[in-house]
Amino acid sequence: MITAVRKPMEEIIACVSPYDRILLAGCNECVSVCSVGGRKEVSLLSSALQMHFLKQGKTLEIQEVTLERQCDPEYVEELVNSVDSADAVLSMACGCGVQTVAARFREKPVFPAVNTAFMGASERQGVWSERCQGCGDCVLGITGGICPIARCSKRLMNGPCGGSTKGKCEIDTDIDCAWQLIWDRLKALGLENRIEEIMEAKDWRTSRDGGPRKIVREDLAS
Amino acid sequence: MKTESRLEKVLASGALAVTSECGPPRGARPEKIKEKAELLRNCVDAINVTDNQTAMVRMSSWAACIIIKQMDLDPVFQMVTRDRNRLAMQADIIGAYSHGINTMLCISGDHPHFGDHPMAANVYDLDSVQLLQTAVKMREQGVFQGGKDIDNPPKMFVGAAANPFADPFELRVLRLAKKVRAGADFIQTQCIYNPDKFEQWMEGVRGKGLHEKVYILAGITPMKSAGMARYMKNRVPGMDVPDEVVKRMESVPKEKQPEEGIKIAVESIDRLKEVKGVSGFHIMAIEWEEKVSEIVERSGLMPRPEV
Repeated sequence: MITAVRKPMEEIIACVSPYDRILLAGCNECVSVCSVGGRKEVSLLSSALQMHFLKQGKTLEIQEVTLERQCDPEYVEELVNSVDSADAVLSMACGCGVQTVAARFREKPVFPAVNTAFMGASERQGVWSERCQGCGDCVLGITGGICPIARCSKRLMNGPCGGSTKGKCEIDTDIDCAWQLIWDRLKALGLENRIEEIMEAKDWRTSRDGGPRKIVREDLAS
Repeated sequence: MKTESRLEKVLASGALAVTSECGPPRGARPEKIKEKAELLRNCVDAINVTDNQTAMVRMSSWAACIIIKQMDLDPVFQMVTRDRNRLAMQADIIGAYSHGINTMLCISGDHPHFGDHPMAANVYDLDSVQLLQTAVKMREQGVFQGGKDIDNPPKMFVGAAANPFADPFELRVLRLAKKVRAGADFIQTQCIYNPDKFEQWMEGVRGKGLHEKVYILAGITPMKSAGMARYMKNRVPGMDVPDEVVKRMESVPKEKQPEEGIKIAVESIDRLKEVKGVSGFHIMAIEWEEKVSEIVERSGLMPRPEV
């Protein structure tokens, strides 16, 4: 899923303080699963903002709406009625949701309330880790199901650097060495020989380096 | 000979090669690189010039290499894949070669996390193995990594690094095998303080016949003090400094510790000379270049061969 963390309160306050009426829009997808921008977090942020402004002697009118999916124009359309009575939109969705809302309501200022972080997986309650960089040419089939691009700090494609120590990355002992994980997994699969095969220089065109990407499915596109 | 490299000629002659290194200055001080390089004249065959070592900005490796070349010495152009993409790296290889630099070392480089620009973007368009392949392809096939022909291809004698001590140990020979397969001509290893483990690694290297395909230069770094030994042991990732080495440094008074460090370096060279498959030594005297000639002399590696 796409993970995110909430922006610092001061930054959010600075964004909304020029306005009297805001629409606070959550999203029921990824940011809801990682407990940063779903219905519950919308409600918490709304209360916190109102409290803050009340102390300043100002009443901030907040409409709370949590969409099924903010990155989908079909759902964003549901904001049509409520957006008219707001001076600005504060979105708790990932960057994709924020942009979909901004594109739909061109004359309404839209602010992000979260920092979109990475594509990750849940390790355990309350802990998410980066797993994918969306390079567009998946190598997991040859690296034992562990991505060196997302998980090696230097995104090395041909084995661990000289800093791998006791299974950990040289930059932080909280980070597993991706190549130690790959090696352990290849061994478990009986595929040790694979480590000797050179992974050629990657074609990054399928990644962000090739310019902003787009998928067009002729069978589905209207 | 594949190249005009003096290092290649020395290695091909069968003599034990000796290389050392110079870290370029953190400012426009060409005289600093000249001072350091001058200390290495006549005692080494080639001088590695580090490339933004420890992820700190320094005079560019190729520029410092040119200064050294103009002194009629032989630089080894170190190139990390951290700071530039394949276009810039190939451009620099051509540029360096156009100034007579014919020997290079391909490494991934320290992560920016360790340097003074931890906020910098991490490039890693290629990794060290892929850079090796690129430099060898430029020389052997006369084409760029992207496939187009090069008008007068640069002919670099291409080296790579190996750390016999990092984890997972069992992968370290295979990683060398990969670099050999990528076309490495020579290898310079991480500093060796644990010769037993190094010999164990070399056994694996010989087991795969890699010592016959690549020249291996054993890395030696003399320690100036017990403090440095402790630092290397505890703070430098992938470094193996056994307790007895630290204790030995601590066992002598502070003013005698530099001499003890030199002694350890000389003893290591003496021992490693006997290891089959070791083709020479890479003496990395960090900010202590003035001691290199003494180490080489005391190790019986002087005079350097005329080639």
